[in-house]
Amino acid sequence: MSATIEARIWRGGAAGKFETFSVPRRESQTVLDVVTFIQRKLDPTLSYRFACRVGMCGSCAMTVNGRPRWTCRTHVARLGDGPLTVEPLANLPRIKDLAVDMAPFFDKWAKAGGKFVPSAAEGADFARVEPESEARRQADAGIECIGCAVCYSACDLVSWNPDYLGPAALNRAWTLVNDVRDGGQEARLSAVAGDAGCHACHSQQSCREHCPKSLNPTASIAGLKRASLRAAWKGGA
Amino acid sequence: MNRPHRNHPAWWAFAVHRLSGLALALFLPLHFWALGQAIGGEAALDGFLRWTENPLAKFAETGLVVLLAAHLAGGLRVLAIEFLPWSPRQKAAVAVSAGFALAAGLLFLFNVGVA
Repeated sequence: MSATIEARIWRGGAAGKFETFSVPRRESQTVLDVVTFIQRKLDPTLSYRFACRVGMCGSCAMTVNGRPRWTCRTHVARLGDGPLTVEPLANLPRIKDLAVDMAPFFDKWAKAGGKFVPSAAEGADFARVEPESEARRQADAGIECIGCAVCYSACDLVSWNPDYLGPAALNRAWTLVNDVRDGGQEARLSAVAGDAGCHACHSQQSCREHCPKSLNPTASIAGLKRASLRAAWKGGA
Repeated sequence: MNRPHRNHPAWWAFAVHRLSGLALALFLPLHFWALGQAIGGEAALDGFLRWTENPLAKFAETGLVVLLAAHLAGGLRVLAIEFLPWSPRQKAAVAVSAGFALAAGLLFLFNVGVA
C-alpha cells in the first residue's frame, strides 16, 4: 500500500470535473475520513454531507469507484491500492461537489403512501401485534432503512424512468402494507400499483446488492406486486 | 465497459433475459418467412430446409436454442421472484438458469452430431 491516496473528487454541479488530491493513508481510514481531510486541510470550499459518522443517519452516501456506498463505513483499504474516485450519488440532482438534492427521493416516499395512517381512534389502547406473525416479520425485514438513497442511486429503473418511485419508497410502503394498525391500505396500493410503481421493477436486484443495511427492497417490491395483484383480483387497487 | 454497480449475477441475468428476448423477436420475421415458403409449394420449403442442413446454419440454430432456453429459464426465474416467497438462493437460481440454457444448447448439438 502506498503512503498516500490519490483521491479524484467531483467538483461542481451537473457540469464540473474531477480534481485530484493527495491524502495521507491512515489505519482504519474511511472514505468519509478522506473527504473530511480534504475539506479541513486542503480545500475548505469542498461541499459534502454527513452527520453521525457511524452508519445510522444515512446522509453521507456517495458514489465511490462507480458504486453507491455509505462513505462513513467504507474502509479505503478494502477498495484496493488504485486511485479513489468519489462522486455524488447518481439519479439525484447535483447541488455542488459531493452534495445532491435529496428532495425528489423523499418526495417519492410521500407519493408511495409512506405515511402511517392510524386506523384506531386517538386515545385507543395499544394495538397488540404478535412479533412472530407473518405480517410483522415482513415489516421487520424492511424497517431498518436509514434513507441513504444508495439503493435509489444503484437502480437502473430510476435512471430509465425518472418518475419511478424507486426501491426505498416502495420498501417503506411494503412495511406499512404489513402494519396491521394502518388504515390507508387501499390508497397506498393504488399509489404503488401505477406505471411508475412496483410493477416497473425489473428485479435487477442492484438495490439488494448495494443496501448498506443488507435490506432487500427487491423482495419488498415483489411483495407489493403480489398484494396489488390480489387487490386487483378482488376488484380493488 | 459496464458500470461497476451492475456487476452482479442478478443484473447479468436481467441483461441476458432482455437481450435474448430482443434477439428472438428479431428472429421471428425470419421464422415466419421460412414457414411462408410452404405457400409457394412443398418444393420451395424442402429446398430451404435442405439448405439449413449446412453446418453454419446448424451452428446458428444451436445459438437460437440457447437463446430460447435462456429466455425460458430467465422468465421462470423472474416469475419465481415475483410469485413465490423470497429465496435467499438468488445466485443459485441464476446459475441454474444459465446451466439449463447451455445444457439445452449442448444437447441440441449432440443430437445434430448423432443424426
